[in-house]
Amino acid sequence: MKKYNTTVEPKSERITRLVDRMFKDMPEVESYRAVLLTESYKQTEDEPAVLRRAKAFAHVLENIPVVIREEELIVGSNSTKPRGCQTYPEYSNKWLEAEFDTLATRSADPFYISEESKKALSESHKYWDGKTVSELALSLMAPETIRSMDHNIFTVGNYLYGGVGHVTVNYGEVLAIGYNGIIQKTKDAIAKCDISEKDYPEKRAFYDAVITSCEGVITYANRHAKLAREEAERCQDETRKKELLQIATNCENVPANGAKNFYEACQSFWFVQQLMQVESSGHSISPGRFDQYMYPYYEKDIKEGKINRAFAQELIDSLWVKLNDLTKCRDLGGAEGFAGYGAFQNLIVGGQTPDGVDATNDLSFMCIQASHNVFLPQPSLSMRVWNGTPDDLMVAASGLTKTGIGLPAFYNDEVIIPALMSRGLTLQDARDYNIIGCVEPQKGGKTEGWHDSAFFNMCRPLELVFSNGMDNGVLVGKQTGEINSFKTFDEFYNAYKTQMDYQISLMINSNNAIDKAHSTRGLNPFQSCMIEDCIGRGKTVQEGGAIYNFTGPQGFGIANMADSLYSVQKLVFEQNKITLEQFKKVLELNYGYGVNEEAAKNISAEDKQLCENVKKWIDELPKFGNDLDEVDMLARDVAYVFTKPVEKYKNPRGGTFQAGLYPVSANVPLGGQTGATPDGRLAFTPVADGVSPSAGKDTAGPTAAANSVSKMDHFIASNGTLFNQKFHPTALDGQSGIDNFIGLIRVFFEKKGSHIQFNVVDRDTLRDAQEHPDKYKQLVVRVAGYSAIFVTLSKSLQEDIINRTELTF
Amino acid sequence: MNGKVFDIQRYSIHDGRGIRTIVFLKGCTMSCRWCSNPESQSFETQEMIVNNQTRVVGKDMTVEEVMDIVEKDRAYYRRTKGGLTLSGGECLNQPEFSKALIMAAKQNGISTAIESMAAVKYDKIEAILPYLDQFLMDIKHIDSQKHKLYTGIGNELILENARKVAQSNMTELSIRIPVIPNFNDHPDEIKSIACFAKDIGNVSCIHLLPYHRLGQDKYDGLGRKYLMADILPPSSEKMKELKSIVEVTCDIECKIGG
Repeated sequence: MKKYNTTVEPKSERITRLVDRMFKDMPEVESYRAVLLTESYKQTEDEPAVLRRAKAFAHVLENIPVVIREEELIVGSNSTKPRGCQTYPEYSNKWLEAEFDTLATRSADPFYISEESKKALSESHKYWDGKTVSELALSLMAPETIRSMDHNIFTVGNYLYGGVGHVTVNYGEVLAIGYNGIIQKTKDAIAKCDISEKDYPEKRAFYDAVITSCEGVITYANRHAKLAREEAERCQDETRKKELLQIATNCENVPANGAKNFYEACQSFWFVQQLMQVESSGHSISPGRFDQYMYPYYEKDIKEGKINRAFAQELIDSLWVKLNDLTKCRDLGGAEGFAGYGAFQNLIVGGQTPDGVDATNDLSFMCIQASHNVFLPQPSLSMRVWNGTPDDLMVAASGLTKTGIGLPAFYNDEVIIPALMSRGLTLQDARDYNIIGCVEPQKGGKTEGWHDSAFFNMCRPLELVFSNGMDNGVLVGKQTGEINSFKTFDEFYNAYKTQMDYQISLMINSNNAIDKAHSTRGLNPFQSCMIEDCIGRGKTVQEGGAIYNFTGPQGFGIANMADSLYSVQKLVFEQNKITLEQFKKVLELNYGYGVNEEAAKNISAEDKQLCENVKKWIDELPKFGNDLDEVDMLARDVAYVFTKPVEKYKNPRGGTFQAGLYPVSANVPLGGQTGATPDGRLAFTPVADGVSPSAGKDTAGPTAAANSVSKMDHFIASNGTLFNQKFHPTALDGQSGIDNFIGLIRVFFEKKGSHIQFNVVDRDTLRDAQEHPDKYKQLVVRVAGYSAIFVTLSKSLQEDIINRTELTF
Repeated sequence: MNGKVFDIQRYSIHDGRGIRTIVFLKGCTMSCRWCSNPESQSFETQEMIVNNQTRVVGKDMTVEEVMDIVEKDRAYYRRTKGGLTLSGGECLNQPEFSKALIMAAKQNGISTAIESMAAVKYDKIEAILPYLDQFLMDIKHIDSQKHKLYTGIGNELILENARKVAQSNMTELSIRIPVIPNFNDHPDEIKSIACFAKDIGNVSCIHLLPYHRLGQDKYDGLGRKYLMADILPPSSEKMKELKSIVEVTCDIECKIGG
């Protein structure tokens, strides 16, 4: 018998309607949480910080309006209106106040906010002045750290202005024993404590906070049960009446107690997922290995004939809808860096069990199908691939990729498991990893990973080499010498390493200051009760309660750096075509385009010629991404300039730093603050994303790009790497298209790449390519029997292709 | 040994089985009106304007230089049953170089294919057959006169060679028919090719390749006139109709596209 059932269950009409309703209005910022939280804090001034957090959390849950959206099967919403959000003034509030009037009109992630809400929030904010996590963090930072942040060498906005999030809790335990079970565990821990021990007061406060939080959650569920009964009472439609009564029954049992069936397990899962996002504003609260911890409930119900597969699919689809109902309102910079409202709730299927056996089951397929059915960006669906991953799961995943939704992202067990073990995880824990947020691996339920702790722009320290440490008239870096003083490439490269080392140390200081601030003002007892070994140790994850503790900052711009160093090496030190001083001038002149229109006018004809020559020489040089060892190995080496220093450092929770190499979408805004670079990149244009080649520079096709990327050391970047590829839909046509696609992934993973995701271009992208050919230089369109670089074709032929593209779907 | 190459394209997935690297050899004795690679026809290195920039087309390369590039995707070939494909131009017009490449690949365990019109003396073909896994042979028309009018040469040698390759049973033979409106897209014309394929036996697949205009810009770039500017690609309904004619006629697997 087959180990799993791969039958496809189509979308129900209810799901279509739920999705349609969700997108009717612009998302709205609501003030309920902020008002209730502040109310509670005002009454608990003299109590321990952790207990104040718990009491405020419980107060919110006891009083925030509860709603049951029309027709939904799973209940619990962070906002009264779909896709709305609450605010979190305890982390920071000044940005929100400053952006009140532009929120609705900004280009990235606009939110509506009513005048009434603005007033209520402003009133609450008064209490928080001087009391936020953000203010404490900044006051803990060294002045030179703040200076580098002001000069955009790195940014830490993620955790400076909001909660940490970036965690997967032990969902399985809540499903099994409920919060009553966790309360009992906590009481047992209290009973075991020696009242005379030195840490008892803090521990006791934490335990009381856990119990208060869990009770608040149970109350919140019961409020939904009550509301469902009231609505059932009024409901004229018999079918819906029954559904409402079922919802009431579910909420009366979970998450207070263990789930008795798959439906209850879904509801219980949802409360955990949702309410962690009420406790704190941290995003990337990731469901992780949903197909694993949900499976026992599904399997039992199916075996006993209590549920049919179609209804199970509808429940999963319903959860997918709920995951899109949660949004996060970020400050303008944050919204640009994390564009798309997303809460980055990463959910992963497949892979291995802790014992190293293939973990694929029915739910792995049903999760992929749910993304087909709901067809929205959340959850960020991921798939683990190892040598033993069955091809039919790969085929199902490829079918989703082919739709152009950009999901799932593929992760390589064969790299990630040893990489995590090198950071101290046990073999069993490493095999049980999942992905957080974008690409960051951790063992769920045991880790406070602080993934995504900083974006570090690797191009900026190179600018500091050219300027001897100066930026806009201020000394920001080290004085590594005047640019004409470097006699060899190694001297030049060493100066870059010196600038990097210094800025990395400042970034560490920044992260540790913020970490400290969260452990003082941003404690999350509710989240902590679901992470081992907080209850055992009697402290929150913010204070080091988790088994595994990391901080994961990420570098980006590798491709620009590799190509830049190669340009300097060749043109200056090998071919002697220009001096470093001339190169500096060319960069300052932005290759003849000037840093603005005014500057462009003042460039002399002679300088213009120099710029033109240099640009031409650079363009003729080989670039990273074309499977050429001499550049690719430079990329490998320059990545170490970030990843190796980072791993030396320790964080306040007793853990270490580990580097990642990925940018989320920050490569665009942060590129906007970066001058011209020696790879020919113009000032203020985006830098390369993740470990991918620079846009348009990989001209030898997907296998060559994959080979180049695989030459980097993905093991040391254990906080994750990100590799994007673009495909035309015809590349995945038919059985052979899918086979070749799977072949590409498998070989990239054999060569020890860590992550790969695909954009299958659609008609809109081709239209965009027509308008912006420079962005799509590498876009190969493959039409039967012939291939062509799309942007090199004439307009009329491009039209032919665009029309064909539609036909291939 | 040197050969003249005008392009090497990795990750080709529509020309033979699996993920392949196609090596395009320069020079062809035919001059098909619809040719989408007109820069492939001359045996000499030449200049072509692409996007307002002059590009030199044609590079002398050694077998080792070509194989260094082909080797880079070996792992992908293994996973997908792909390999090396020689194309052109007409690769068999550089017979010694083609044979050396095919042998080098085979000896290194890489699967081999050629895309060819087979309009050369049979001994050139015979010489590579022992090392060749797949032969993708173009047959454009059964009527020699019409063939000559549109391609510059008659088809006698092609058809004779097709029969010999099929009878040798030394390689997997596929017939590829570029479907060109006003030239060979009448059902009877396609049918006669299908009959021929049935007659010679051992044909594993017939591919119908719909005409496309993607080479048009290159004619401008070479300063040549494109004679087929008014011809539109065949509709997908038309292609499906022709496919079913092939299937009914000869009971050989037929695919639209490579």
